[in-house]
Amino acid sequence: MESTPNEYAHINGWGVDADPTNEPTHPIKNYTGDDHQRLNWERPPLQAVTVEVLKSNERPNLTAVFGTSSPPSGLSGIIRRYAFKSSESEYGHWLPLLLADRINVVEGIVDDLRQGHIPNIFAEKGWKADWKYNREGLVKNLLVGVVVTTAVIALLSRKKKKSIR
Amino acid sequence: MLAMNYRGPFRVRAAHKPYPEILHPGDAIVRVTRSCICGSDLHLYHGLVPDTRVGMTFGHEFIGVVEEIGSSVQKLAVGDNVIVPFNVACGTCAFCKQGLFGNCHESNSQATAVGGIFGYSHTAGGYDGGQAEFVRVPYADVGPTIIPDWMDHDDAVLLTDVVPTGYQAAEMGGIKMGDTVVIFGAGPVGIMAAKCAWLFGAGRVIVIDHLEYRLDFVRNYAQCEAYNFKSMDDPVLFLKKTTDWFGADVCIDAVGGDASGSALQTITGKKLLLQAGSATALHWAINSVKKGGIVSIVGVYGPTDNLVPIGNVVNKGITIRANQASVKRLLPRLIDHIQAGRLNPKEIITHRVPLEEVADAYHIFSAKLDNCIKPILIPPSARK
Ligand SMILES: [Zn+2]
Ligand SMILES: [Zn+2]
Repeated sequence: MESTPNEYAHINGWGVDADPTNEPTHPIKNYTGDDHQRLNWERPPLQAVTVEVLKSNERPNLTAVFGTSSPPSGLSGIIRRYAFKSSESEYGHWLPLLLADRINVVEGIVDDLRQGHIPNIFAEKGWKADWKYNREGLVKNLLVGVVVTTAVIALLSRKKKKSIR
Repeated sequence: MLAMNYRGPFRVRAAHKPYPEILHPGDAIVRVTRSCICGSDLHLYHGLVPDTRVGMTFGHEFIGVVEEIGSSVQKLAVGDNVIVPFNVACGTCAFCKQGLFGNCHESNSQATAVGGIFGYSHTAGGYDGGQAEFVRVPYADVGPTIIPDWMDHDDAVLLTDVVPTGYQAAEMGGIKMGDTVVIFGAGPVGIMAAKCAWLFGAGRVIVIDHLEYRLDFVRNYAQCEAYNFKSMDDPVLFLKKTTDWFGADVCIDAVGGDASGSALQTITGKKLLLQAGSATALHWAINSVKKGGIVSIVGVYGPTDNLVPIGNVVNKGITIRANQASVKRLLPRLIDHIQAGRLNPKEIITHRVPLEEVADAYHIFSAKLDNCIKPILIPPSARK
């Protein structure tokens, strides 16, 4: 099937970027012939290390620039430091980080409380938007929550009674 | 200043944070005028990306006004309106020199596989992002690009990621005149990839998704065919049949690790986190491309292992090409396209939300409420 540009006249810009050299075997690269010089770039000035920055063990040094958001802290921080002993190709790197993320969530709540801030979970989950656009779903979720909570409380109190006996 | 603050999976709030500082002579501080929530922010929001720490500010899609510059910054001046590409890139390392600005070697200490990205977990460098009133922008002489006077700022903000990523997805597909291109995912990037596939001369553009409102949108916006995989027994079979039992010339995965459509992938990838997200879209892409075809991946996957049909990649002789978009490399061309009216990105913006209501905006986007395609956040300082 031959295609002709006329068929596509209604599509603004059809084919303007067609490039016969855009083959997947033709990586987008300015070949300079000096690839063996690859380590010789002039490094930008190095950012001062003012917070703890974890470093991939697949590189010799910190990058010239790095982010300083949320340095590792607490129990999650200990786990993160441990994770960085393994390379990026190991589960030993990623799974501890995911675990640390979950622990970090609890630390975040403790932190909030310590600062006298009771987190408004309802607002943080954006359920105000549910009230506007998905009222049925929200009510259903809340009902399920109430039923489950009631069931759990009932179960726990039954166990307690048993253990008293 | 006010900034989005991550508190855990499905929980964020707008809270006060210290004003960012110049930490390096190449830094600038940018006062944000618009920022977007991106589909890939949802991977963070859902807790799928390792080393996403409580207290981080997300946001890799933002534009703003230069407020302050470091001592070595030459190309920007205070007061300039700038597009800030989502990649943090030094401009001098071996990879940047190749135009691979998404793969810079001097912007992310915490991982080598991915370069630095604003507001995208510590795995992408630990930078606070632009869903805030102000943001620190390293290597200000490299990434930021001055917004032309004629350009609508709603178009400009989409040049930070969505447009270049969609465009690069099509480019990496090596599309030839008349090719059939299938795009998995009708989110903002999939929509843009469909639009851009025509610029490379595609003969047929097909989009697959599971949300009717997004299919309607992309059909109109990108003049393509669009189908719901929920109404098919088997999307791969459907695509084979509609391509004369041949397969598509090019398949684009514009979904990444949050894909629906396969129970096994959902359980192992999204619930148990045993693989780097659910690889359903990639699986379909590999299996519905023709033999010798090209699969282009721009969907974001986490860094751990994946269950992908690699055997079929070998047997079918497929070329896989994938990357984060090198935004800076593509900007001049894309600015041309917008000026010529060939691309009209701002039409995908469906929601404008005050930064204070960031939690609602995330929930609306994540739960696909109110026919949301693309939400943008406006900080209070930009509304005066
Ligand atoms: Zn994005
Ligand atoms: Zn670089």
